[in-house]
Amino acid sequence: MKFNIKVWRQANSKDSGKFESYTVDNISGDTSFLEMLDALNIQLTKNGGDPVAFDSDCREGVCGMCSMVIDGQAHGPKPATTTCQLYMRHFQDGAEITVEPWRATAFPVVRDLVVDRSAFDRIMQAGGYVTVHSGPKPEPNSIPIEPEVAEEALDAASCIGCGACVAACPNASAMLYTSAKVSHLGLLPQGDPERKHRVLSMVEQMEGEGFGSCRNYGECEAQCPKEISIKFIGMLNREYLQANLLDQANPRGKMSPQ
Amino acid sequence: MSRLASLYQSSLGKKFIVAVTGIVMIGFLVGHVAGNLKIFLPPVDGGPGVGMQPDIDYYAHYLREIGEPLLPATAFLWGARLVLLGSIILHVICVIQLSTQSSAARKTAYASRKYSRATPPARWMMYTGSALMLFIVVHLLHLTFGAFGGGFEHGKVYHNLYDAFNNVLWVVFYVGSIGIVALHLYHGVWSLFQTLGFDNPDRNRGLRRMAAVLSVGLFVGFVAVPTAFITGIAKAPDHIESSEIAAHQQDENAVENEEKE
Repeated sequence: MKFNIKVWRQANSKDSGKFESYTVDNISGDTSFLEMLDALNIQLTKNGGDPVAFDSDCREGVCGMCSMVIDGQAHGPKPATTTCQLYMRHFQDGAEITVEPWRATAFPVVRDLVVDRSAFDRIMQAGGYVTVHSGPKPEPNSIPIEPEVAEEALDAASCIGCGACVAACPNASAMLYTSAKVSHLGLLPQGDPERKHRVLSMVEQMEGEGFGSCRNYGECEAQCPKEISIKFIGMLNREYLQANLLDQANPRGKMSPQ
Repeated sequence: MSRLASLYQSSLGKKFIVAVTGIVMIGFLVGHVAGNLKIFLPPVDGGPGVGMQPDIDYYAHYLREIGEPLLPATAFLWGARLVLLGSIILHVICVIQLSTQSSAARKTAYASRKYSRATPPARWMMYTGSALMLFIVVHLLHLTFGAFGGGFEHGKVYHNLYDAFNNVLWVVFYVGSIGIVALHLYHGVWSLFQTLGFDNPDRNRGLRRMAAVLSVGLFVGFVAVPTAFITGIAKAPDHIESSEIAAHQQDENAVENEEKE
């Protein structure tokens, strides 16, 4: 197969960047999108050019590194698929394919298709942890949990932190990511002690990173390679409003006389 | 208070305000359409000194008296107006701030963009919302203050409506504006439940349907009024008055006939 690849080239974070078009030929339909980019890079290097920088790690759909917007959709046109699991047979022979980095102020472009997603790490650091003691581990079944709840927590935990939700969102909002993290820990008994603190500080960090606001488009869920549901955004809203409006701000506060 | 301030600092808190003020305005619209549909009711006796009058005029007069004698005259009306005005102001301020935050969150647009889920009404919320602001101003000037003249008379709602909707341009303007209201609510009504954290997969279908039914229902209800006037289903106000007089005269004739017999 033959493709015309229109790809974003940007030398560094300060460069303004522009699109370049390249032609790749003799690509088998069973080549993955990343392998096609590898072939393009070999071709570019042979001709004395700079290879296109892109992130990739596991190449089996679980690490969330292969972030790129392909023809206007995060991780390309196939639902529930990361770029590494996208094959060239999903495209028309001779097609022009536009490849761009995630576009979000909170995810600055480092080079070409590589963006800095450490904003997600900082949201995680703000509250994405549970308290465990470092001594001998308790017998696992000593903490009872309903299987349905455990499964629901696992649905949220299947988030690989790739950032497709931010890339897909017309507002570049990180609500789906944050809600998945808040929910997967908050649903489990192990995560309960930090529940209130977690939602407040993770939301505060998210706001501080410069992500947009959620307008309930549902675009994030549609383009999430792990199909995380926007129901977790509803849960996050509820947790946040509960912690902010209903829970006591100071549980040890005094009742003053009139 | 500091908690309210910190709530307002976050986009989630601003959206909470947008959702709650949205509920207030939806409540108003439901009451408004119910009042409008009174043009289809037969005339009522407005009491001594007023005589027979269109039901909607009677209702408009009643709106000024709600809460009496506990509250002074028009106190409830003004309270409701202030709550609505406050809701609109808060709604608009929060939405502008949220929108500013969102446009700052993506400074470089995508060269190619495909939406998989975001519906057009959801993507047009800022446009439909801005258009509604204009509509509210024109609508108040038109049918509350009578600023566009014609035969506008305060308190004569039926007469004013009849006057306005004899003009095809006003009919088109109102039908179009109500269409924009419906588009705004089609996304907004569901969205507010998600923002308040009420939605979940069990309720999602019901809430989405409710939003569709409410937006279509309000559209039909509001559009019924201009349609009734322009098609002649709703009769001219003098027709109501003269027919009442005729009916009254018939009664008198009947009484006279009885006396003769």
